[in-house]
Amino acid sequence: MNTASMLHPLLALLLAPLLPGVINRTKAFFAGRRGPPLLQTYFDLWKLFRKGAVYSRTTTWIFRAGPIVNFACLLAALMVLPLGRVAAPLSFAGDLVLLAYLLGLGRFFTVAAALDTGSSFEGMGASREVQFAVFAEPALLVGLAALARHAQALSLTPIYAGLSSASWSVSFPMLALLGMGLFILFLSENCRIPVDDPNTHLELTMIHEVMVLDHGSVDFGFVQWGSSLKLWILGALWTGLMPPGATGRPLLDLAAGVAWMLVLAVATGIAESIMARVRLLRVPQLLVGAGVLCALGLLLTFR
Amino acid sequence: MSMLVFRHLEKIPAAQIPVVPVDSFRSSVLGAVAEGCRIVAFHGTPLPADAVRLVAIVADDSAGELRAVAADPGESYPALTPDCPQAGGFEREIAEQWGVKPVGHPWLKPLRFHRSCRPGRDAWGRTEQAAPAPSVMDFFRVGGEGIHEVAVGPVHAGIIEPGHFRFQCHGEQVLHLEISLGYQHRGIERALTGGPHPRTIHHMETLAGDTTIGHSLAYVHALETLAGCRVPARAQALRAVALELERLANHTGDLGALAGDIGFLPTSSFCGRLRGDFLNMTALLCGSRFGRGFVRPGGTAFDVDAALLAELRQRLDAAFRDVAGAVNLLWETASVMSRFENTGALSMETAIELGLVGPAARACGSEIDIRRDFPSGIYRFAQLPLSAFDSGDVFARAYVRWLEIQRSVEFIRGQLASLPGGAVRASCGPLAPGSSVVSLQEGWRGEIAHVATTDAEGRFARYKVVDPSFHNWMGLALALRNQEISDFPLCNKSFNLSYCGHDL
Repeated sequence: MNTASMLHPLLALLLAPLLPGVINRTKAFFAGRRGPPLLQTYFDLWKLFRKGAVYSRTTTWIFRAGPIVNFACLLAALMVLPLGRVAAPLSFAGDLVLLAYLLGLGRFFTVAAALDTGSSFEGMGASREVQFAVFAEPALLVGLAALARHAQALSLTPIYAGLSSASWSVSFPMLALLGMGLFILFLSENCRIPVDDPNTHLELTMIHEVMVLDHGSVDFGFVQWGSSLKLWILGALWTGLMPPGATGRPLLDLAAGVAWMLVLAVATGIAESIMARVRLLRVPQLLVGAGVLCALGLLLTFR
Repeated sequence: MSMLVFRHLEKIPAAQIPVVPVDSFRSSVLGAVAEGCRIVAFHGTPLPADAVRLVAIVADDSAGELRAVAADPGESYPALTPDCPQAGGFEREIAEQWGVKPVGHPWLKPLRFHRSCRPGRDAWGRTEQAAPAPSVMDFFRVGGEGIHEVAVGPVHAGIIEPGHFRFQCHGEQVLHLEISLGYQHRGIERALTGGPHPRTIHHMETLAGDTTIGHSLAYVHALETLAGCRVPARAQALRAVALELERLANHTGDLGALAGDIGFLPTSSFCGRLRGDFLNMTALLCGSRFGRGFVRPGGTAFDVDAALLAELRQRLDAAFRDVAGAVNLLWETASVMSRFENTGALSMETAIELGLVGPAARACGSEIDIRRDFPSGIYRFAQLPLSAFDSGDVFARAYVRWLEIQRSVEFIRGQLASLPGGAVRASCGPLAPGSSVVSLQEGWRGEIAHVATTDAEGRFARYKVVDPSFHNWMGLALALRNQEISDFPLCNKSFNLSYCGHDL
């Protein structure tokens, strides 16, 4: 534990809303537009947190709990999340499983809140979210298992601390496969193209956005902030694979982690700019593909 | 056959349309449709003493002929729809407007939710006090385990017109889609009766805002035929240029919107801008991006000079170069093609049975195009090749648009290169009394049909408008069968039908 480890969760909370801004600016650049300001998500959050809420009479406490429980789960996940070579504030054997299930718990409450509205749109979105999670969660767990076997550790911090430029020359195939698998998971879990389109206004095509249509004000603020955090958390699982190794200076490691996060955001923006969404029926195939890539990575650790 | 055969834009004495018993009326229309004709218009016209006469006009596309027949049905008649699905919408309209009941109609529901034009006569027996509200009716419902209903609209998330869509779904699969419109009903046909008024041309220009040139052309052609006005060649050429510019703007916008619906940014962003470029070319002609105020009875309200022609040509070339780049990206991108192909497919049989028109019909392989089959104005001299495809899916509807973009650009270039000299407007006198005319025009969405009938004073006794959307909405409903509900926006955009054009 050092200052950098303590700084990381704070930095994640502060910087996560920047990621959608970077993605949107990248997309705007490719489209020949100027795009929204980099800080747009911050402006939105500032606006939302000052608004009064309206709740439908048909909803119960579950609807109100959804965004808050989800946000709390993501906060807890941040506590066990290392950023590259920067250790997590908390680290213990099995924390990678905790991370996966904290994300799952957050998802469960988002889905439950959506079903609580009784709207046919939200029910449809909830059904899709859960259906795709069935494919995404095993892929994530298999990917983490591959990393755990590679590092011979059951905690995220030692797993990522052990990776360096040298690991890439030794275990290139395994890391490359995991990198691809985790990138697909990153896109899918954060409802980016090619799985979902965060910019669409068409309720019938949405997955995640349609589940939160009925939330407003502070609740929606937590939803927005939460989705930025989710970008950060799943992003950290991917950027942690990247070189260089530990420099010995934690603050420099932290800066490298943040820099990779921005690179990932730009890469996401580019991916979204050059391809269309896949048909909804094809999404499971894509996620199974991610699972297979992670499973191949796991197999390679058995050499 | 007991039908009057006549030509497009031919002034016929209204009394010449044979009025036959309902039985032979049915057999004439059904016989003509069986021969391959299409119903262009089928409507009621008021007679003295609170009676209604049904007039059916069918088009024989291959012969370039129109046929008309009429009947006095009384308060009800045996419906044509069971034997001829394309009459479905027309008969619902007749029932709603005149309270004349087509007996045996399988889907007799209100179309636009307004009161009958004959007070006290209502096909559904509704009382006069209660103004019908849109979408208040029994929707078709599918029952059973796991069936759910999704209602979309009339208020939509995008900036589009109001309409209500009711899906019967099993999971993600759509078993049935019912579309209920009428929110945009403004009573245009009623306002046109007794015209032409000074406002009539403005009614035409705003009948469907994105088809300003198309509808105003159909109107002025009807007017000029009834008045016996000869339109200068230069005006005819300029009108066609404006019509094709309208097609270019809308087709380009549609291709961009299709790309937007599947999250494919490059084409979506560029086509959004390029649509504006084409609209601005129309603005060069007349000062309005949508072509308002350009087409006037007797010609066009504005002429072009050499400088403007050069500017138009240069802008057209630049815009077309960019459109080609942006649109070809669609066909070259695998992720786009996998979304377009096999989505929302309609067979040619279905398209013909439903009487689909325009790009939606041509995408199914149905080779109809008013510019070729019933040419008017400059199209009689300068032919455009027909653009068709055969798969009937979203891809086909998109691809036909791209083919038409290329041909329209070629056509405009040709017209601008050889623009006839002379004036652009002749005077258009009073209308011939007691006459009828059918005016067809290939708008960008498809066939626009206007049927004008004058009374003894040369005023409109009845002016019937059939927008292409009127034919095609049912096509969208059927294209959605057994599709995924998440593909609805894409299918909807591939038809891109007008709500106000349907609702009138």
